[in-house]
Amino acid sequence: MVDFGGWEMPIQYSGILEEHRVVRSSVGLFDVSHMGEIDICGPEAGDLTDFVTTNHARRLHIGQIQYSGLLYPHGGYVDDILVHKVAEDHYFLCVNASNQEKDFEHIRSHNRFDARVELTSDEYTQLAVQGPRAVETLQKVTPAELGSFRYYWFRDDEVAGVPARIARTGYTGEDGFEIYFAPSESERVWNELLVAGSEFGIKPCGLGARNTLRLESGYPLYGHELDASLTPVEAGLGSFCKFGKGDFVGRDALLRQKENGLTRALFGFEMCGRAIARDSCEVYFEGAPAGWVTSGSPSPTLNKNVGMCYLPSDRVSGPGQPIQVMIRSQLVDAVTVQLPFYKRPR
Amino acid sequence: MYPDNFRYSKEHEWVRLDGETATIGITDHAQEELGDIVYVDLPKPGAKVEQGKTLGTVESVKAVSEIYSPINGEVVEINPALADAPEKLNEDPHGEAWLVKVRVEGQAPLDQLMSAAEYQSYIGAEE
Repeated sequence: MVDFGGWEMPIQYSGILEEHRVVRSSVGLFDVSHMGEIDICGPEAGDLTDFVTTNHARRLHIGQIQYSGLLYPHGGYVDDILVHKVAEDHYFLCVNASNQEKDFEHIRSHNRFDARVELTSDEYTQLAVQGPRAVETLQKVTPAELGSFRYYWFRDDEVAGVPARIARTGYTGEDGFEIYFAPSESERVWNELLVAGSEFGIKPCGLGARNTLRLESGYPLYGHELDASLTPVEAGLGSFCKFGKGDFVGRDALLRQKENGLTRALFGFEMCGRAIARDSCEVYFEGAPAGWVTSGSPSPTLNKNVGMCYLPSDRVSGPGQPIQVMIRSQLVDAVTVQLPFYKRPR
Repeated sequence: MYPDNFRYSKEHEWVRLDGETATIGITDHAQEELGDIVYVDLPKPGAKVEQGKTLGTVESVKAVSEIYSPINGEVVEINPALADAPEKLNEDPHGEAWLVKVRVEGQAPLDQLMSAAEYQSYIGAEE
């Protein structure tokens, strides 16, 4: 067990590789209750949400979800988040565990609208059912017609008899659902999902597999690919910034950065040998230090050692570029590759 | 589980002495704590190793862990199977998946290491 923002979280239950593989091949169950939730309500809830996030919240339909970012005025990340539109006057944000208080204060500090901001993390447990058999598993314990859920849409219904928000989202690169409900029912819903998935060989999955799965899918993790010194443009997430929607916090800084040209960008890479690059290892390009590893790990699906790193975008262009990673005082060969490392077959 | 003819270190290595050759590995407890092992970095034959100093590294999916040499000596052989099959360390850490063989220099400090019974109560207390 590790302490994760005050939560006792298992890195693994049966083993990271086994858990990773069951999510790619069948179905896995994650307890992600540490994630934070923020509700924004009121007549101008949409205006506030749009002012503090990069994506276009008001353009969402009711029941639709979008990936978005909270930025500082200088363009760096406060957090990366999911925005759910519950009603015209109600937006529901899922935020990173260790950022929740900071996010809440940040949003409140920009609230010059007729809207209320509430940190509601204590009201929700979050479980994630992920993998190609996620629909069949969850369908056994919910009356909601899961086949009709589109990706990045949600509905409020019931799971195991418990009122729940069911969202077709995830952080694994597989099909699946994230379910939000009252913490008092956590154990019962968890157990019923394990029973429902038993015929598919469902396994409880920990933070370790969550990390290898998201890395293979090229998803950023706050504190690694994203932080206060890095912008969405540098992280390759410019398409989640809607400059046409009107002003938002960080907008001017991003526009200036786009105009002046980028000095660094996020790249995927693959190790040439068996060594594994780890977070914050130095990356060399053309024989000189040029950047750093943000995440590095074996990829169980590809059976290669992969990672993401920041490199000077004016000098390094695209995949196929030879780089070196400093691992325990030795330079080890690697090569830049296209992100994501893994895409699920459709 | 823990062979009686091994001696054990606090850093979870084991040593088996045959004449002046010592075979070194990591314990079952160590592999269990590390989880799925995916990479093993060992010194080359001829390298000198020193008691308490780093001998190599073992990496699991999530963690990098140093291996410390329990004795002084010179590496005479490394386990050739581990480069391509590091997962053997999870399967048979006390047998097939030994790490290195070392020619012992001086008197092996076996009295500074634990017996199987002592090691088991040591890891029992650690948990």
